[in-house]
Amino acid sequence: METAEAGDPARGHGGQMMNAFAQSAAASPSAWKIDAVFLFIAVVSLFFFLLVEGMLIYFAIRYRRRKGAEEGATSEVRGNFILEVVWVLVPSLAVLAFFIYGYVVYRDVTTPLPGASDINVVTGQFVYEFKYPDGRAAMNELRVPAGKPVKLIMTSRDVIHGFFIPEYRIKQDVLPGRYTYLHLQPDLEGTFDIYCTQYCGVGHSTMRAKLIVMPPDAYAAWAAQGEGAKAAMSPPEKGKALMEKFGCMGCHSADGTVKVGPSFKGLYGRRVELAQGPAVMADEGYIRESLYDPGAKVAKGFPNVMPTYKGSITDDDVAAIIAHIKTLN
Amino acid sequence: MTENTADGTMLSGGGRSRGYLEEKGFRSWALTLDHKRIGALYLYTTLFFFLLGGIFALLIRIKLMYPGQEIFSNHTYNVLFTLHGSVMIFLFIIPAIPSGLGNFFIPLLIGARDVAFPRLNLASYWIFVAGILVILGSLLRPMDTGWTFYTPYSAKTAANVTLLSFGIFLVGMSSILTGLNFIVTIHTLRAPGMTWHRLPLFIWGMYATSIIQVVATPVVGITFLLLAMERLFGVGFFDPAKGGDPLLFQHFFWFYSHPVVYVMILPAMGIISEVIPVFSRKPIFGYKAIAYSSLAIAFIGFFVWGHHMFVSGMSKTAGIIFSFLTFFVAVPTAVKVFNWIATMYKGSITFESPMLYSLTFIFLFTFGGLTGMFLGALATNIHLHDTYFIVAHFHYTMVGGTVVGFLAGLHYWFPKMTGRMLSEKMARWGWLLTFIGFNLTFLVQFYLGFKGMPRRWAEYPPQYQSLNIVSTVGSWIMAGGILVMFSNFIRGFFRGDPAPANPWKGLTLEWQTASPPPTENFEEIPVVTDWPYGYAKRKTAGPPPRFFDRGAGDG
Repeated sequence: METAEAGDPARGHGGQMMNAFAQSAAASPSAWKIDAVFLFIAVVSLFFFLLVEGMLIYFAIRYRRRKGAEEGATSEVRGNFILEVVWVLVPSLAVLAFFIYGYVVYRDVTTPLPGASDINVVTGQFVYEFKYPDGRAAMNELRVPAGKPVKLIMTSRDVIHGFFIPEYRIKQDVLPGRYTYLHLQPDLEGTFDIYCTQYCGVGHSTMRAKLIVMPPDAYAAWAAQGEGAKAAMSPPEKGKALMEKFGCMGCHSADGTVKVGPSFKGLYGRRVELAQGPAVMADEGYIRESLYDPGAKVAKGFPNVMPTYKGSITDDDVAAIIAHIKTLN
Repeated sequence: MTENTADGTMLSGGGRSRGYLEEKGFRSWALTLDHKRIGALYLYTTLFFFLLGGIFALLIRIKLMYPGQEIFSNHTYNVLFTLHGSVMIFLFIIPAIPSGLGNFFIPLLIGARDVAFPRLNLASYWIFVAGILVILGSLLRPMDTGWTFYTPYSAKTAANVTLLSFGIFLVGMSSILTGLNFIVTIHTLRAPGMTWHRLPLFIWGMYATSIIQVVATPVVGITFLLLAMERLFGVGFFDPAKGGDPLLFQHFFWFYSHPVVYVMILPAMGIISEVIPVFSRKPIFGYKAIAYSSLAIAFIGFFVWGHHMFVSGMSKTAGIIFSFLTFFVAVPTAVKVFNWIATMYKGSITFESPMLYSLTFIFLFTFGGLTGMFLGALATNIHLHDTYFIVAHFHYTMVGGTVVGFLAGLHYWFPKMTGRMLSEKMARWGWLLTFIGFNLTFLVQFYLGFKGMPRRWAEYPPQYQSLNIVSTVGSWIMAGGILVMFSNFIRGFFRGDPAPANPWKGLTLEWQTASPPPTENFEEIPVVTDWPYGYAKRKTAGPPPRFFDRGAGDG
């Protein structure tokens, strides 16, 4: 608590790219990279802008007809093939460069960061709920220790919401019925805005949260203080209990033994060969889908016999089960 | 060179022919099969909704002058931005140029007496009106979803989504019928000798537009039917709890709504391609490049809808493909801009209001197009998406582009449509105020968007206020400009100086008949012998170029 508001120097800090944007200064590695793309496109576009508008204005002045003057002789030229080729090729090269640079940085900022800690985000009209692996939960306040990457695993309870951190230059829609992800590298301490960017109803414009990046020791103190706010069980513990209750362990092992179905040991993050064809990454979305619609992607070499748990488990349960499976790596 | 072709139009002295406007009375308008009257009906209707949508916009801007203003509730604000978007897009921009100016001028420009199916044309106007009535009926419980109708919100809100989407379904049906009519007209009713490569470029633009209307519009109709079934019967196409997919709606919606931005811009580009050579007294530069780039834009435009969905949760692979394709829509657009500017090179340029608007189109649309580069690139898109940067970008292309192009067309063809001239002085004042007001309103929004202000916000943190005030003041100046412009239209309509048949010395066929044109358009169908852009004035004396002979047949 105490360090959070004091940690505001970050606001002025990241502005090496664009000082003018003081209020929304870039505050993470992703932001610096994206600002660089912005700057690159801005410079190239400015060149084309000045070229086009310059010619437009120059020709308009240079070739104007004075009031009352006779129509001047004009050229009969109807076109020029070489020119057409030039102004097809040059813009093509420019947009190709935009595409490639934009793609490279996009791939970079959407790639999971090594060693990231998972935080579940559940959105609903008109709040953000953050759930930590150790069972702590908070509304509209996402506290993270500086320097440690974070992976947000997001889903919505009702309609589509957005998750936008202007100072990080990243956003992702949050959908009901599936997971979407954001990868944060909170290097600068400070408080940053989180905005909902997908219209979600009458409270849309006040659906805002804070990202509070704390010094690691202050974060640890806060986390310890938050013990009381914990649920009775942490998500992995709850997941373990649920899996026993639902009888998952009858067919799946936790120790690598192959039973009716694949073992959970080392499952998370592995590539799974599918009976239906190519392999998929066993991420949160895959595990969730396998609970709700087990026949959709059956692991190769296993029978398609698992029943669906749709209707019998809640989104919270699914998140807990995933959290438990992650601990088996 | 044109005076001699204006025969029979300027009766010296009093008895002036009012051409197609001669007949009076409600029935003569409501049941007319004359494409010019139907076009005029569309123009009156769409201009009314342009003003109405503008009033909604002014209210939105007033609310946004203060971070959390209580002048009206946030819900009312949400309704207003939904109405502003829906009215401007479905009842103004989409029908204004194609159905309004297109109806009026396609037959005139290709030397035909009417469109191919006059009765279908009248039917499509009345279907359009029926759609409008249904949409107005939905105002009893007005929509608050934004014009994009995203599910699951639109499936859950208490508002009249079903009724509004049914209204838009009808409007879309009218749009399909009009597009169909134009395609057949352009294929079958061209004057003798008017080969494809002698077609005026406005016709090329309208042809590409009509193809999009016919191919894409059914998709939005189906989408809204699915949405209605979702709401009425709880079918669950888009509801994940029932195995549906909310993203499916977005794919359907943008599969129509992206191509439809080309329905908005291509006809405007066609108008610019007509006006620039006339006022530069130069042949259009790169005719074929401009003509085929319209088709290229229409074609590529079908494969880029996913660029509205980079942060929606769509797969990364899809995002990469859509980003790549998106950038290649920019190329044929750039080709057009370069060709227009090359047309001005070594011209003998005058700046009457149609030309002023056309140059403004190039100026603003270039800016709008270039800001689209930031949105097409994946990395910058994930920052700028759903912020005011988007709002500014599409207003630069849709207002700075389409609406300005439409206004160029209105000023250019006003003498032809009404038989009266506009006041050039008022036209210039209207232009100046609109230009200043527009840029003031939307330029600052790029900056607001970069700073992170999301769109569709009724309230915002105070750091965004100063620029919002600038934007709101800009909207008032722009409203002043539009007011002057419309006063000019009304004054010109009733009291403007009589217009000659060909006030701008244009070579396209609509200028070779009376202003306003007689009901049958041409006394005799002309025979075309060359393209319509032979504006160059030779240094040596000789007969001026002609691109048609009259009276060689009545096609």
